[in-house]
This record gives sequence, C-alpha cells and structure tokens, in this order.
Amino acid sequence: MSEPSNPARLPNPARRPSWRGPRALALAAGLAVLLVLPFYAGSFWLQAGLFAMSAAVGAIGLNVLTGAAGQLSIGHAFFLAVGAYSYVWLAAEPETAAGHELSGLGLPTWLAAVAAVGLAGLAGGACAPLAGRLKGASLGVATLALVFIGQHVLFRAEPVTGGVNGRAVPPLELFGLRFTDVPQPALVLGVPFGGLERLWYLGLAVLLLSAWFARGVLRSRPGRALNTVRDNEIAAGALGVPVGRYRAAAFVLSSMYAGLAGVLLALVFQRTVPDYFGLALALDYLAMIVIGGLGSVGGAVLGAVFVSVLPSLLTRYGDAIPLVAEPGSGSGPSPAEAARLIYGAVFVAVLLFLPGGLLGLAARARRRRAAPPRNGPGGRNQAPPHTSPETEEQPA
Amino acid sequence: MSGFAEVLVNGLSSGAVYALIALGFVIIYKATEVINFAHPSLLLTGGYVIAELHDDIGFPAAVLAGVATTAALAALVEVLVLRRLKANAAGGHSTLSIVTIGVDIIVTVELTRRIGTRVLPLGDPWGDRVVRLGDVTIAQTRLAAIAVAVLAITAFLLAFKYTSWGIAMRATAERRETAALMGVRLGRVSAGAWAVAGAFAALAALFLCVFPTPGLDRTTSFAALKALPAAVIGGVDSTTGALVGGLLIGITEAAVVGYQNDVPLLGGGFAEVAPYLLMTAVLLARPAGLFGTREAARV
Repeated sequence: MSEPSNPARLPNPARRPSWRGPRALALAAGLAVLLVLPFYAGSFWLQAGLFAMSAAVGAIGLNVLTGAAGQLSIGHAFFLAVGAYSYVWLAAEPETAAGHELSGLGLPTWLAAVAAVGLAGLAGGACAPLAGRLKGASLGVATLALVFIGQHVLFRAEPVTGGVNGRAVPPLELFGLRFTDVPQPALVLGVPFGGLERLWYLGLAVLLLSAWFARGVLRSRPGRALNTVRDNEIAAGALGVPVGRYRAAAFVLSSMYAGLAGVLLALVFQRTVPDYFGLALALDYLAMIVIGGLGSVGGAVLGAVFVSVLPSLLTRYGDAIPLVAEPGSGSGPSPAEAARLIYGAVFVAVLLFLPGGLLGLAARARRRRAAPPRNGPGGRNQAPPHTSPETEEQPA
Repeated sequence: MSGFAEVLVNGLSSGAVYALIALGFVIIYKATEVINFAHPSLLLTGGYVIAELHDDIGFPAAVLAGVATTAALAALVEVLVLRRLKANAAGGHSTLSIVTIGVDIIVTVELTRRIGTRVLPLGDPWGDRVVRLGDVTIAQTRLAAIAVAVLAITAFLLAFKYTSWGIAMRATAERRETAALMGVRLGRVSAGAWAVAGAFAALAALFLCVFPTPGLDRTTSFAALKALPAAVIGGVDSTTGALVGGLLIGITEAAVVGYQNDVPLLGGGFAEVAPYLLMTAVLLARPAGLFGTREAARV
C-alpha cells in the first residue's frame, strides 16, 4: 500500500518513474497477501483486518478534509454513526426487541447501504454552512459538538437506534450472496467460507475503490484546489478557486466516506451501540491521519491499520510485554492499560520524530537511497509536508 | 422564586469553575496557538494529588502540592513535547494540538489505573454545610468556589496586565517574531503559560470534586471538555471571553438541570450537550466567538 510521499503536492512527473517498478511490485504482492489471507488466518485476524479496512475508508475521507483541505474535524465519529445507523434503520424490518418498538423501513439491504452513504453526505452538507465559516481550532471544537450531540440523540432516539443496547444489524445481501454466517458454509479450497471471509472480500473491494477514487480526486484539479485553499485561502480565491464551495464539497465527500466506513463497521460488528461512536473514536481518526501522513490516501490507510490493529495486538499479546501485571492484581498496568500506554507513547513519538508520519518515513528512506543527503545525516532535509515542493529543492 | 435563585447561584459557582478551566485553554492558546486536548488529564492530576496527600499533610498543603504538581506537569509537557515539535512543525498548528491528544492518553491511562473504581474524597473543610439566605439554601462549597475562582482570576488578570511576564505574554500573543526580536524569551513565556493553565486546572478539579459531588473518580476529567465550548463561545484567544463563556455555560447547565423536568422532550442528560448546542448557536452568529479577534486580511 505504499504511495509516493505526497502525490497531490509533488506534481513533478519526473520524480515518479524511478521507483514505479518496485512500487507496483510491492502493491501487487500486498494485494496477493490480502487476497489469500482468509484461507490461512483465523477469525481474530480477519476481524481485526476488517476493522482496519473500515477505519481506512473513514480515514481516507478525513484525510481529504483535514489533510488536503486543512479543515480540522473532530466530528468524524458522528458521520460514521450516521452511516451505520442509517443502514440499520433503512434495512431492518420493524420489530419489538426487549419490550421496545423498533422502527425500520425494510429496504433491500444494498439499497439501504447506498442510501446510508447518501444520508451521511447530506448530514455533512447540513454542517457545511458552519464548516465553511470556521477555521482551525474553532472548527475542530465545533465538530466536536457533533459527536456529543450525536451521541445524545443516539441514546435517546430509541425507536430508531435501539437506545443504550443498540440494534442488531441486518446482514447485507448482494447479488443473492448473503454476507453472514450460514449453518453449512460452502467450502472453498477446503476452507469453510463463512460470513467473515465473504465480508473480507467485500471490504477489500470497497477499500480499493475508495482509495482509487480519493487518489483521483486528490491528484487532479479539485485536489490541487483544496491544497491551495489549505495553504492560503486568499490566494486560492484570487486564483479563481471558489473557496466556500470547495470547502463544503470536501466536507460532504469526507462525510460520505465516513458513512461508508460506518456501514462496513456495522456489518462487521453485527450490532450498533451508541457508546462506540464517541469522543475516543473521533480522536482515533485524527490520530490515524496524523500518524499515517497528512493529505494522502496511502497515509490514511497506513495510519488506519496502525491505530486500529495496534491496540488489539497489544491486548492479545500483552503477556509478552515486560512490566505488565495480571489484570486486577494492582501492581502494574494490565495488558489493556499497557496497550493504551504504548499507543499513547507511540502516538507522541511519531508526531515528534517523524514529520510527515509513517508515509513520510517511507518517502525519506526512498529519497535517501536515491540521492545522498544534502545536509548531512539526521534527515533534516525532509521538508515539512505543508511547505510547497519548491522549498524542498532549495539547499538549506 | 427560591428555585430560580438557587439555579442562579449554582450556575454562577459551576460557571466560575468552568471559567478557570476555560481560562486555561485560552492562556495556552494565546501563548502557543494550541488547543490543549491534554487539559482533562491535567485536571485529573490536580484532583488526584490533592486526594492522595490530604490525609498526610493536611488540606491546605495538599491543595498547594496539587497546584504545584499540575503546574509542573503542564510546563513539562510544553518543554518536552511542544517545544521539540515546533522545531520541525509538520502540519502546522493542528499537529501541535493533535500531539496533546497523545499526552492526554498517557497521563489519563496512568491516573485512571491508580484511581481504579474508587471515589476519592478530597478532605475539604467545608463538608456538606450550607448557608441560608432567606429562603435560599446554598452549599458552602459553592460560595468557596466562587470566591477562589474570583481571587485566582483577578490575580491572573492583574499579573497579565502589570507584570513583565504578562507584558511578554501579551506581546507574544500579538506577534511572535516581533516579540522574540524585542528580547522576549518565547520558551519561558510558553512554559509559564502552560504552568498557569495547569494550576488553574488543579484548582478547578478541587471544586469539581467537593460537595455535592461525592469525590474524585475517573470521569472527573470530562468536566474539562465541557469548558472547551466555554472557551470557544468567548473566543478562544480572549481572556474576557473565557470568563463570560464559563459563566454562560455554568448558568445554562444549572438551568437545564433545574428545569429539565418541565421539558421531557429533550431527554435525560441533556445538560451534557447543552453547552455544545449553545456553542454551535453562538458560532453560527459570530464565527470568532463573542470576544474573539476576527481575522482580517487585506488583499
């Protein structure tokens, strides 16, 4: 899943071909591994991978908004919730669960999924008037409001959301294929092909399509326009970029990505609970794009994998980490706490020592191989991603 | 009538506490242009130190220790994390704000592990005593909160106006480069600002955990997030705004809690979201907040 460090910001085509070969090879190899993985990996890995895929879809959207357009948004969890709950409500039949009347439209599930993404986009569009007027930190805090207000609604609007207990997610049905566990799963190459395996391929397809589309957006005219808006709004306006419209469009697009991620997440979870779509999730998304690398598709995917897989890995293999105590013994952090501590420390360390995120690290290594460093070791010649490509070429 | 007066006093007292926290956000923003997402953990630190020490060294000394520890921790975050980051500021100021999320995770995990499921008393001298003024019953802790907040904020505003640190701080907020050229030591100013914000957070933690709240628990830090809208309502770079915003949030919350039975439609727990709704409304009308500087550009 590697990518040139910042395709939208390095328009110089002369740079790319030099490692196009190895890169294509790496991509193909990665894809091959992902394609055969369900035949070898257990359900823990498949589930973790599916979470990472849905997180990657959401993070790509956020990176278009925050990384490319420079609009700090902490409200991404809200749009994920809109997507997830819209899907459930549109697809579910009305029912009575645990004494509560739950409403639902009972639409065909594929239609519900598409409509849920559309609804998330509409929600994003509804926030655009506010988003267009605010900048930087104020926008961040304003979008934070969405998370709190959204969670309040999720807890109270019981007929639609199921309240605290959440709601069961109807499995997706596409071209007669049900994405759920069936009593007698078909055997493919001797492996029972259950719900997780099917979802895996669906998630992979969705992720590849989303990444491909976002890459197109970021690399072409709108992407450049968004970067200009981020770097200097007035200059962008003077150059003829309709700033307000582009901002609103970025917001809508990123909300639709979040909605898609929400639908995918709901399908993997098989149950939606309001607790999940809270502040922690919103902050995790921000962490993903910053750790991965701002403003690019590859960065979003890398960061999403990192942020969503690391905690579950650390929790599962927590016993192997030194200084970790048995849960409840009180003498040291439990595996889950240790995982959280390491996560926080890595978070800070990446920001401190890897300008440009994980993707920046890869780009730096590549550049060092291509040309000897101009101003000594230490890698200070790495330009911060927010400067223009021109400054990168100047000797310091 | 007494209902309204009680709501007002409760609102003013929690508003004063929110103003302390909001002022912390504003001070840090003015000095370093960072929204400090680690503020909840600073708050928790202050409360925790006071709760752990008050049995051994007495309440006043414990409060001093809590304030000092939190101020030191905040300054340490500035020196160890933010200052390093500025050198290669990737992604501009959003990244500076985002790195504080990581700091918050680390500190909060460690503190919640220590606190566990306990509810720690802070050993305050006021207990559950109340003052009666005519028909109105007010907890002594509420009055103490107002008094301490007013004292602390007045002291800060005076220092901000008259001491050389305050002048340096205002100069930095106005224009960093010029201030540096005029001999202002930016590092000291920012570390000082973080320390002051930390001290305020510790004081706020004290009054968040006394009667009628049972004590400090792992969720105490969420109060800091309620003060974030207070800072934004007032304008995130305005000290006056932080005070007004804090009081507005406090009174709104008290009013919602006091009268929410009259409006069942909104659902229980509406007080949690009311500050954010108020903030959204204010931002729609005035994007820079009530007292914030509006950015003007000449083309």
